[in-house]
Amino acid sequence: MTEVLLAVSGVAALTGGVLVFTLDSMARVTFALLGSLVCVGGVVALLGLPYLGVVIVLMMVMEMLIMAVFMVAYMMNPAGLMPMSMLHNKRGAAAVSGGVFLALVAGIALAPWPDRAGAPPRDSTVQVGAELMRGQMLTMVTLGFVLLATMVSATVLATRRGRYDRFGDDLDRPAHDPVSGGVGR
Amino acid sequence: MTDPMTGPVAGRAAQPVAEAGAWWAVPAAPALLLGLAVLTVAAGAVLDARDAGRAVTPRTALRPLLDVAHALVRQPRRLPASDRLLWRLGVVTVPVSAVLAVLVVPFGGHAVADPSVGLVWFNAMEVLTWAGLWLAGWGPNAALSLVGGYRFLAQGLAYELPLMFALISAATGAGSLRTGAIVAAQQDLWFAVWMPVAFAVHLLGVLAFSFTGPFAYPTGRDLAGGVLGEVGGADRLLLRAGRRLWLAAGAAMAVPLFLGGGAGPGLPAWAWSLVKTLLVLAVLVAAERRLPVLRADRWVEFAWVVLLPLSVVQALVPALVVL
Repeated sequence: MTEVLLAVSGVAALTGGVLVFTLDSMARVTFALLGSLVCVGGVVALLGLPYLGVVIVLMMVMEMLIMAVFMVAYMMNPAGLMPMSMLHNKRGAAAVSGGVFLALVAGIALAPWPDRAGAPPRDSTVQVGAELMRGQMLTMVTLGFVLLATMVSATVLATRRGRYDRFGDDLDRPAHDPVSGGVGR
Repeated sequence: MTDPMTGPVAGRAAQPVAEAGAWWAVPAAPALLLGLAVLTVAAGAVLDARDAGRAVTPRTALRPLLDVAHALVRQPRRLPASDRLLWRLGVVTVPVSAVLAVLVVPFGGHAVADPSVGLVWFNAMEVLTWAGLWLAGWGPNAALSLVGGYRFLAQGLAYELPLMFALISAATGAGSLRTGAIVAAQQDLWFAVWMPVAFAVHLLGVLAFSFTGPFAYPTGRDLAGGVLGEVGGADRLLLRAGRRLWLAAGAAMAVPLFLGGGAGPGLPAWAWSLVKTLLVLAVLVAAERRLPVLRADRWVEFAWVVLLPLSVVQALVPALVVL
């Protein structure tokens, strides 16, 4: 049963990946990619990591919906429903992706896979948490700060109006905003 | 610290708190959810009639259900250059994800499934409504409908993070993501008592992912109905049903997360679950009728400046107590 589900999810994920490059609407491409990623989440869950699998589904749905907004907004063809193509630099892309695919397959065939030592845990979520928060704590904390710094700086760069525009040069007057309402106005 | 492998098994060792996998639970859970959703529709109709000064009769409560047959026979709307595949997909996703979400909700000691990541499953299904509503807005190739879809995403960015922290608070309090274990951890004290902020944020989140009451912005009148503006017939029925199903699913989830599940004196567990779910639903139905619709920019600001810090602090409380 698990093998059948695994095969179905894997084939569906690949099909979604192919559709990303064959469909001609940005919205459909986005949701083909989302479907593919959801299937990857299913594969991960079936491989015995339910937490990571479901979190992949959760995060990818949110992420791809935000992506959809930007992909539709910034695409060359602003209508989005018009025929469009995800293919650019076809020969170079085919060479690079073919090379990467062959290298990964070679890796699967050539890597000395270890034999299983011990039994799989009953609830792998605890192991994932312990691995991230014990052994890799420093990595995760560094990663967290880097991500936070990136988000803050991207927001600062994107914001036209700063606090001096809102609260005056001495930050001593009520906020002066083009749209009123909300907190502190 | 409780054993994170199994979650705390406080009290009632003889009686498992959530028994998963009974065959009859598979049809019973969606049927119960549908019943609760229909009840909210009937309650809305009765309250409408009372507010308008009309006589409240059994007919008043049943009247909106006649619209179901009407919607089913009505022809679906066709629009030029619409993306029918994505449109249908979005319309179907909203009610289907609500039904999938309640599979992990224990009701009086029974759940369809009690996976080790039940809480994350509920959250993931809830996030699927983002996809559903955006697609329902995109599909018809109509500007106002699409604006409605975008409005839901803006709202989603505001409610999702505080809601996630509220869910994490309950999970931290129990030391488990298993909904059955979260119920078991509340045998002594309900999480709603010592995590009131998380409970309130969860209730706000329920209204938000049901896009109703103060969060009916994606279907606003100023947008001529928004995501509901272009759908007709069975499509419209599915979207509106999804809305009520999500309200019921969110209320049903609030009970095991914050109100101790089926625990209570005298009555059997299923009766307590039902009573608590109905009370939460009543609060939600009352709130959705009383609160005005919030503009997304105001709501985002409130959610990020006020709710998010509050819910982070709230998540810290069980972290300090339990860990």
